[in-house]
Amino acid sequence: MSNITVEDFFNIRQENIIKIKEGKENGTKVVGLYCTYCPEELILAANAIPVGLCGTKEEPITAAEETLPRNLCPLIKSSYGFAVEDTCPFFHFSDLIIGETTCDGKKKMFEIMDEIKPVYIMQLPNIQDLDTTFALWVSEMRRLRTKLEEALNVKITDEDIWAAIEVINNERKAAKRVSDLNQMDPPPLSGEELLTVIWSRSFTTDKVSLTNMLNEFADDIEKQAVAETNAKKPRILLTGCPVGLGTEKVIKIVDDLGGNVVAMENCTGYKTLELQNDTSLADPIEALARKYIQIPCSCMSPNPYRLELLDRMIDDFKVDAVIDLTWQACHTYNIEAYTIQKLVREKEIPYLQLETDYSTSDIESLKVRIEAVLEMVE
Amino acid sequence: MTTLGLDIGSVAAKGVLLHAEQRYTTVIPTGWSPLDAGNNIIDSLVSKANIEKEDISNMVVTGYGRVVHQAASKTVTEIKCHARGVAELYPEVRTIIDIGGQDSKVIKLSPEGKVIDFSMNDKCAAGTGRFLQVMANALGIDVSQLSEAEDLTETVKINSMCTVFAESEMVNLLATGTSRGGIIAGLHDSVGQRVGSMVKRLGLEAQVIFTGGVAINQGVKRALEKELGTNIIVPDGCQFTGALGAALLARDLLS
Repeated sequence: MSNITVEDFFNIRQENIIKIKEGKENGTKVVGLYCTYCPEELILAANAIPVGLCGTKEEPITAAEETLPRNLCPLIKSSYGFAVEDTCPFFHFSDLIIGETTCDGKKKMFEIMDEIKPVYIMQLPNIQDLDTTFALWVSEMRRLRTKLEEALNVKITDEDIWAAIEVINNERKAAKRVSDLNQMDPPPLSGEELLTVIWSRSFTTDKVSLTNMLNEFADDIEKQAVAETNAKKPRILLTGCPVGLGTEKVIKIVDDLGGNVVAMENCTGYKTLELQNDTSLADPIEALARKYIQIPCSCMSPNPYRLELLDRMIDDFKVDAVIDLTWQACHTYNIEAYTIQKLVREKEIPYLQLETDYSTSDIESLKVRIEAVLEMVE
Repeated sequence: MTTLGLDIGSVAAKGVLLHAEQRYTTVIPTGWSPLDAGNNIIDSLVSKANIEKEDISNMVVTGYGRVVHQAASKTVTEIKCHARGVAELYPEVRTIIDIGGQDSKVIKLSPEGKVIDFSMNDKCAAGTGRFLQVMANALGIDVSQLSEAEDLTETVKINSMCTVFAESEMVNLLATGTSRGGIIAGLHDSVGQRVGSMVKRLGLEAQVIFTGGVAINQGVKRALEKELGTNIIVPDGCQFTGALGAALLARDLLS
């Protein structure tokens, strides 16, 4: 019998730094990526290791502000700061960095990051259902395939991609399965536990073992009885900008004040977990393009699937209140908050939008707002 | 039953004691120690009502200093306390505007007096008591005199919302001979616009009650009424509605 714990997921990041270092010494290639729009399947098909590089820590921001404007999203500043200070082992070991034209801040930052290490940019359309831009997105997938073949000196066959698609489809199913455990009442996982498990996935060197780990973890929890202490906690859904370990302050405050973040509709959470590659298509590249264009990020205009997803999640996770987290200067999520607010009000539950950064300077003022929302639920 | 509510704000600490159908109130500067301020209020209220500390059956603490008072049976946010206090005084209230030392908030209430939505200023002093205090200092008058010093016939527009920039803008206006009264009217308008837009964002619904230390300033009330196009009521003891709510919640908890 296995016994997978949250700590095992927490340790993935540290353990894999060593594995990646060893892999590099044996000639394995590493590809760094900044966004869920980057098709990990192609990187796996190229026999390389994909690693997530999005900055989720406050420390490198000061260094980033020597180059980037202060009034910029902290995720962009943190990502750049890690690169310029060379303090992220995953960036350090990356043979190739892939960025996308998601938001204005990121794409302009990538131009400057290119001075540190070459950044390959995918042109991501901002509309999901237009034939001409979809054709561009398919061609961008093909261009990336060629780029990976050249840069990593490999040949990527369709069979390689289909095999990788199966791996990622299974990994997403397993991650969704773990996330869905919190539909139970009381929820088995606290917000911090859910974040640790789901966020740590992006650092693994072995997606198949990770998938097994996720499934075994879910098996174990399904067998256990849930502690009754979680029973009457207000059930909070977190949506908005990405959150990782290092920037979990909002999740932690909710947990500390007696609430429970039961679900996270953000790109580090549930946003991509339902999306599966269609394996019945003839062309694996088209399958990838179709899947990735559906991601309901606020950089898409319009972005109807996010509303549909949230609407369902509020019901499925029996949500008592929605907290919409906007990182400072993230215009697309900040503006889309208006639309999200309307949806949540129609569902007749409290909605709170928070605009903050990675620092702890506003903890007290965040606490008042979050506590007031929890009081509204009681 | 005797209950006490404490509202420890960034500038002032307020206390309300409910004893024998009477309401006793005390306000003092919070100073550097929220714990001492709270204890001093308790001492003062107990002596005003001529009772012993042990006679207090329950206490609820709110405000930024709420966490330091371990003696409290419960801490509650200012938002819930203001709602409870104001709804007791004005059962028809639907919108509360509360402007304190370091934050301004708008609270929407259901007909039953429950909080249904709220909004608070972000980490910035624009539209708060602190903004007015900095401006009063620069004009060389006490913040309590701002209201009577405003001159509506010479109102100028203060464009900067930022406290630091507004101060330098004001200094420039003074240097070019603009009247002090006109500048003060402009400052009040600026707070009215800032907080008024928060109200409009949540949706304006009468009756509107204006509380917090800044509600004492008639000029800000005037500016808010102009901005919102509706009458606003300032309760007697507008500083105490949070502490009153805390004392009432302390009583609710016992029953």
